[in-house]
Amino acid sequence: MPNGAPESPGRPLVDPVMSSAIKVNSPLVSLREVGKIFPNGLRALAGLNLQARAGEFLALLGPSGCGKSTVLRIIAGLSEPSEGAVEWPAAEAEGGSRRVGFVFQEPTLMPWATAFDNVLLPLRLARERGPAARERVEAALERVGLRPFSLAYPRELSGGMRMRVSIARALVTAPQLLLMDEPFAALDEITRFRLNDDLMRMWQALGMTVIFVTHSVFESVYLANRVVIMAPRPGRIFTELSIDASYPRSQNFRTSAEYAALCRRASEALAEAMAAGDET
Amino acid sequence: MTDPFSGISRGGNPAVGGRGESRAPPGSGREERAGPSAARRGDQVLRIVLPLAVLAVSLGIWEFVVWFLGVEPYIVPAPSLILRTLFSDAGLLLRSLLVTLTTTFEGFLLAAVGGVGLAVLFNQSRLIEYSLYPFAVILQVTPILAIAPLLVIYLPQQAAVLACAWIVAFFPVLANTTLGLKSVDRNLADLFTLYGASRGQILWHLSLPSALPYILGGLRIAGGLSLIGAVVAEIAAGTSGAGSGLAYRIVESGYRLNIARMFAALLLLSAAGVVIFYLLALINDLALRRWHESALDAKR
Repeated sequence: MPNGAPESPGRPLVDPVMSSAIKVNSPLVSLREVGKIFPNGLRALAGLNLQARAGEFLALLGPSGCGKSTVLRIIAGLSEPSEGAVEWPAAEAEGGSRRVGFVFQEPTLMPWATAFDNVLLPLRLARERGPAARERVEAALERVGLRPFSLAYPRELSGGMRMRVSIARALVTAPQLLLMDEPFAALDEITRFRLNDDLMRMWQALGMTVIFVTHSVFESVYLANRVVIMAPRPGRIFTELSIDASYPRSQNFRTSAEYAALCRRASEALAEAMAAGDET
Repeated sequence: MTDPFSGISRGGNPAVGGRGESRAPPGSGREERAGPSAARRGDQVLRIVLPLAVLAVSLGIWEFVVWFLGVEPYIVPAPSLILRTLFSDAGLLLRSLLVTLTTTFEGFLLAAVGGVGLAVLFNQSRLIEYSLYPFAVILQVTPILAIAPLLVIYLPQQAAVLACAWIVAFFPVLANTTLGLKSVDRNLADLFTLYGASRGQILWHLSLPSALPYILGGLRIAGGLSLIGAVVAEIAAGTSGAGSGLAYRIVESGYRLNIARMFAALLLLSAAGVVIFYLLALINDLALRRWHESALDAKR
């Protein structure tokens, strides 16, 4: 029932012409009837179905405490679902590994290591060394505009720059799936807007799938081509909206009537989701 | 953690030019800060001058009272006599100092290696932690002065002294390192899990660097304690035979009523303790100043 009321505006339809450069086809990862009950008995998720298609930018929007972060942790394999299953059809077909990047709410950098060493970490843990690894780290730092700061320690960088290092670290393994858990929530608006634009550019350039958790209606509509709205208590998918505006989106989109209308629809859906959560 | 690729993009780095640069106040604010910073400098001077003045005045009174009342040197020697003894007996005292410092250093080293090693072992295996931790605590809470005579009976002279220094010094390293290894950022730990880090990699690249400030804190305590341990053991051992450390000299001089030499030896012990303390503080500062709050706040 909560899984998308028939009259809700955003049915899980995806417009094939929405993004021409990016192939949106088979699901990269899919969650089937996933439930999560914490050891203290709290039910965080129930009967959650979610598919992330290859190459899409998916925003998970919901009030705090609706289990958005739990969904990300389950996809990343940091938490086991109590019920249901997480499937990786594409990776299983290829028999290959699934490369996942994770950006936390905090930059989560090692304070004792330089920006360079922080970005190098995933490669170092995979025992990749030598000039090839070094080039990839430099390329990742270049991509987030921090090449000149590679020898700076985290505490010598601003909040926005630390988050850029964190993003560079997530990108250095060339992930198929980038999971982001309210990454810009703690930043000021100017920095957040700039990082939104940069993230969108990187996503377009690299073609990975992004699942972006946020509680900001405006951020989700601006970034994503699909906004999935979650309801709380227990956490579940309430409805979803497809955002058909073409990329690259910019300041013009942010001030357009279309954007305002989409934000209104997302806000209304979010309000309904919260009301649904209060009833249960 | 050292940067294996250091040197690749050195130079032209605005944020990391010099260590003071990033922390220096912006140019515009410098004039405004002249007042408070001058006051702080005055404060610094007072912190050095005042204790020195207290010392000078106390020594002056001491010297005067001894001279005025004609106190015999075998009861209370004058500071000037202590100083003269320090120079006249320098050869003997410095040799003894070297013995004590060697014991202290060896005990400290063993405590550092043993404390960190045991903490890592505890961190890797809960069963080992449960099995051994209570005994580490017992070793710590039993007064060393009471253990020392036993050690002297069962162990060779030098080994007994070393064991004493080690027993006293290793526990703070163990306790602090254990705490440090448990204080790992949860998100960073998740990140390591996500990238499939091995136990060894987690230990080396995450747990130990996270614990470093705690380990260094433990070592600072251990430095002073290993000196105490060495002195206690020397005194215990001294009564049972040979020995030539500074503490033994103090006991021996006491028997001979050479009180001035007792004071001179005591002075050297204090100086050794102070040097050890500041040396470890310096190491702490050098290791942490780029990234840890504790090392940065002191400089503001």
